[in-house]
Amino acid sequence: MPRLLLKLLRRKRLAQDLDAELAFHRDMSGEHQNAVGLGNTSLIKEEAFDLWRFNLLENLFRDLLHAVRRLRASPALLLSAMLSLGLGIGANTAIFQLLDAVRLKALPVQNPQELAGVEIEGGHGGMGINPGEYPELTRPMWQELRRYQHAFSGIFAWTADGVNIGEGESLHRGKAIWITGEFFRVLGVSPWRGRLISSEDEGPCPASVVVVSYAYWRTAMGGSDIGNSTMVVDGERKEIIGVTPPGFFGLSVGDAFDVAIPLCQESNMSRDVFDVAVMGRLRPGWSVKRAAEQLKSISPAIFEATAPEGRSPRSIEAYKRFKLTAVPAARGVSVVRDQYSSSLWLLLAITGLVLLITCANLANLLLARASTRDREMAVRLALGASSIRLLQQLLVEAGCLCALGAGIGISLAPLFSRVLIWTLSTEGGPMDLAIAFDWRILLFAAGVATATGLFFGAMPIRRTLNAQPGATLKTAGRGTTASRQRFLTQQALVVTQIAVSLVLLVGALLFVRSFRNLLTFDPGMRESNITVAFVAFQKSRVSPDHYIQFQERLIEEVKPIPGVIDVASTSNVPLVGGSWEHGVRTGSSDGLSKFTWVSPEYFNTMGIQVIAGRDFKSSDSRTSLHVAIVNKTFVRRYLPNANPIGQTLRTVMEPNYPSTLYQIIGVIPDTKYSDLRGDTPPMTFAPASQHPDPGPFIPLMIHSTMPASAVMSAVKRVLAQNHPEIVVTGGSFEQWIRDGMIRERAMAILSGFFGILAALLAVVGLYGVMSYVITNRRNELGVRMALGASRRQVIGMVLREVCLLVVVGTVIGGALSLLAGQAARTLLFELSPYDPFALAAASVLLIAISLLASFVPARHASKIDPMISLRYE
Amino acid sequence: LAKAEQPTLLQGTLDLLILHALQRGSMHGYAIAQTIHLLSDEVLKVEEGSLYPALYRLELDGAVAAKWGLSENNRKAKYYSITRRGKSLVADQQATWNRLSSAVQRVLAR
Repeated sequence: MPRLLLKLLRRKRLAQDLDAELAFHRDMSGEHQNAVGLGNTSLIKEEAFDLWRFNLLENLFRDLLHAVRRLRASPALLLSAMLSLGLGIGANTAIFQLLDAVRLKALPVQNPQELAGVEIEGGHGGMGINPGEYPELTRPMWQELRRYQHAFSGIFAWTADGVNIGEGESLHRGKAIWITGEFFRVLGVSPWRGRLISSEDEGPCPASVVVVSYAYWRTAMGGSDIGNSTMVVDGERKEIIGVTPPGFFGLSVGDAFDVAIPLCQESNMSRDVFDVAVMGRLRPGWSVKRAAEQLKSISPAIFEATAPEGRSPRSIEAYKRFKLTAVPAARGVSVVRDQYSSSLWLLLAITGLVLLITCANLANLLLARASTRDREMAVRLALGASSIRLLQQLLVEAGCLCALGAGIGISLAPLFSRVLIWTLSTEGGPMDLAIAFDWRILLFAAGVATATGLFFGAMPIRRTLNAQPGATLKTAGRGTTASRQRFLTQQALVVTQIAVSLVLLVGALLFVRSFRNLLTFDPGMRESNITVAFVAFQKSRVSPDHYIQFQERLIEEVKPIPGVIDVASTSNVPLVGGSWEHGVRTGSSDGLSKFTWVSPEYFNTMGIQVIAGRDFKSSDSRTSLHVAIVNKTFVRRYLPNANPIGQTLRTVMEPNYPSTLYQIIGVIPDTKYSDLRGDTPPMTFAPASQHPDPGPFIPLMIHSTMPASAVMSAVKRVLAQNHPEIVVTGGSFEQWIRDGMIRERAMAILSGFFGILAALLAVVGLYGVMSYVITNRRNELGVRMALGASRRQVIGMVLREVCLLVVVGTVIGGALSLLAGQAARTLLFELSPYDPFALAAASVLLIAISLLASFVPARHASKIDPMISLRYE
Repeated sequence: LAKAEQPTLLQGTLDLLILHALQRGSMHGYAIAQTIHLLSDEVLKVEEGSLYPALYRLELDGAVAAKWGLSENNRKAKYYSITRRGKSLVADQQATWNRLSSAVQRVLAR
C-alpha cells in the first residue's frame, strides 16, 4: 500500500519512465530486426496506468475534476440546474419533513411501540356530551376500566382543551392537557425542573398544582426559577411544581400543550359526559391484539356498571352493547394528522411532479450538451476507450449536479417547512410541530436526489451507449429530416412535461376555485361585523336557578355600548365546529335534530329571516309555552306534508334534559350549522329562557361595524364595571370562519404556486428543445428556403410541430388529470374534480404560452440565410 | 494456420516465465522478451503489450525490483531483478505448473 501511494504521488515521473522504457524497447527491436513487436503503445500505457492507480477511486476523482471543470465552463447550465434541483428537492424534503412529523414519527417517549389506546369499538355514536378534543370514554368507564384491566402495566386517562391562562391584563389563551397520576410514569417522561404530576396529585376538584411545558416555561416564563411560583388557569390559582423536558409535546402531534393539570375527581361523576381518552403501556409480552381481547371480555361488566340514567331504554340498550378495544398509539393521537395528512400526501405528489418536470428539463439540457460532444465521444470510443469509462464520466457529471442540488435542497428544506407551517397556521391556532432533521429526512432527500440523477443522467447515457462512432463521425452533427428520430427522446420529454404540467395546472385551478367557492359561499347568515364574546361568570356567585336571569342582564349591559347594533346569545356558535344534538319525535317519525337555545334578538343579529310564523319574543319565558323555530331541512325531513306552524316536537330524554314538548312557531331558511362544508342538518332553535340546563357562561354574538378588538375591549370594560370577576374571551366571527378554511387556503396557495412553476418549467423546456432542434436542422431549413419556402412557411412549419407536441401532451395530461382528480375529490368544496372550466382554462393557457415560447425560435429559424447555412460545413 | 504454430500463453504463465527468466540475473524488458523467445526455441512470443503491464504488476506485488541502468549498447534502460519474494513466488508457481502440466499429460496419455 505505501508503495502504491508513493507511485500515486509520483505519477508524472512514472509516466516519463514508461515512455522512456517503451522507446528503448522499440529501438532495440528495430535494431535487431526481430518480430517481438510492441503493439498498441497507448493501450500499454493505459494498462500500466491502471496498475498504478487505485483504479476506480482515481478514475472517479479524475472524472470529478473533469465534471467540475466542465460544469464551471457552463455557468448558466450549472445555475439553472442548481436552482431547479435545489428548489425541487428542497420542496419535496420540506413536505416530507412535515409528513414525517405529523404522520410517521413515533412519540418522543420511552418505547412508544408499547403504547396502546383504549377506545369504544366504532365510537359511541355521538352519545351524551362530548367536551374537549378527545371524547372517547366517560369518567365512570375509566374508573371501572382502571380497576379491571390486566393488559397494561400502567394506564392513564387524559384530555386536552384550550384554557385561559393568567388574569386581568395578562389573560391569554393557552393549551392544557388534563392527566391522571400515571401519565408521566407510563410515558417515561422525567422532569426538566421540579417534579411532574404523580398519583399523589390526584384528588378532588379543583386541582392545586400545574406542570408547564418546556416551550411555555422558556417563552412565557422566561425560563425563570419555578420555586414557589403560581399561575392562574381558568380563574384558579395553582402551584407550578415542574417543567417537562424539551421535545415532549404531549400525545397530540401538531398540537403541543402549555400546561398539564391533574384530572381531578368531581364528587358526582356524570355518566353522560364523554370527556377523556385512555392510553396505557402494554405488559411485557402482550400484543395490542391480546389487549383488545382482554378489554372485550371485561366490556359487558364495565358498561353494565356505568350505564347512564335518564336515557331512553333504546339508547341504554345500545350503550350496554359497546365493546372496548385497544389500538396502537406509538405515534400518538392527532387532530392535525387527520386534518392534514391527505393534503400533505397530495402536496408531496405535486412537488414530486414538479421535480419530474425539472428532471426532464435537465435531461434535455444534458442531452443537448451531450450531442455537442457526440464527436468527442465517438473519437474516444474509436480510439479504444471503454464505454464503461465514458458512462462513468457522464454519471459522475449527473451525480455532481445531484449532490449539489441535494445540498441546496437540504439547506432550503427547513426554510420551506417554516413557510409551510406558517401557511397552515392560523392566528388563533399556530401549528406546533417538532420539525427535526433526522436520518429519515436525509435518507429521503438523498433518495430523491439519486432518483432524479438517474433520471436525467440516464438519457445522455442511453444516447452514448447507442452511439455508432462511424456514423457520428461521418454526419458530423449535420441533421437532415431523415434523422429526425434523433429528436424523439427530446420530444417525448417535452410531451411528458406538458402533460404533467397540465395535470398540475388543472389541480391548481381546482383548489383555487374550491377556495374561492368557500370564501364566497353564503352560509345563510351574517359573517362580517360579528364579534363573538364568551362571557364566563363561574366566580360571580350566581345560583344555578338565576343563571338565565343573569345572562339576560349581561346582554342588557352589552347592548347600550356605542357602536353595538345588536347583541344576542346562543348556546352554540355556528360555523366554528361546535355541535349539540337531541333525539326528536314529530308526529310519528323519530330522528335527530341539532338544538340551539338563543335569545330573542339572535336571528336579527345574524341576519337570518324567519320565513314563516314568528320570531322569538322576550315574552317567551321559562314558564310560558315551550316554543321552537326549525329550519327548512327539519320541515322537509320530519313534517313533509303539513304546515309546520303549530305542530309539536318532543325531545328524547337525556340526563339533565328531560323529554320536553315544543310547539313549532316559525321556520327559517337552511343555514350552515357547524361547518361550511357538508349538508345542512335538521335544526331546532328554542328560546334561551327555556334552556333546561344553563351554565355559568354565555357566548354572545355582537353585531357591530367596529373592529372585533375594539368591541372586545369595550365589552370587557363595560362588564368589569359591575362584575370584575367575569372573564371575557373572543374575537372576530369572520376570522374564526376563515381560520377554518386554512387547509383550503394552503392548498390553493401552494398548488397554485407549483402549478404556475410547472407550466413555466415546461415552457422553458419546450423553448430549449425547439431552439436545439432548429439549430440542428439549419441545413434542412436552408435548403427549403433556397428552394423557395417563404419565411412564413418556415415559421408555420415549426409552429405546426410545436402544436403537435403540445396537443399530444395536453390530451395525455387531460386524461391524467381526470384520473388525478379522484385524489383531490374529498378536498374540494362545491366543485367536481371533473371541472370542465379548470380543464379548459389550463389547456388553453398551456397551449397559448407554449406557442408564444416557440415563436421565438421559429422566427429565428425563418431568418436563416440559406447561403450561410448551406455553406456551413 | 500461422496461429497454430504460435501457441498463446496460458493465463498466469507469463508471470512464471518472466520470473524464471529473471532468475538468471537482472535484465531489461526487451531482454526478458528475447530470453523467453529463445528459451522456448522460438515457439513462445510474449504477447504484444502484455509484457510491460505484467512487469509493472509484478513490481507492485514486490516480486521484482526495478532500477535504471546502462544497457549493453550504453543506453539508459530499466533493469528488472527478482526479489526474495519473487523467488518464493516462482517456486510456488513452478510447483503448481508442474502439477498442472503433468496432470494434463496424464489425461492426454490415456
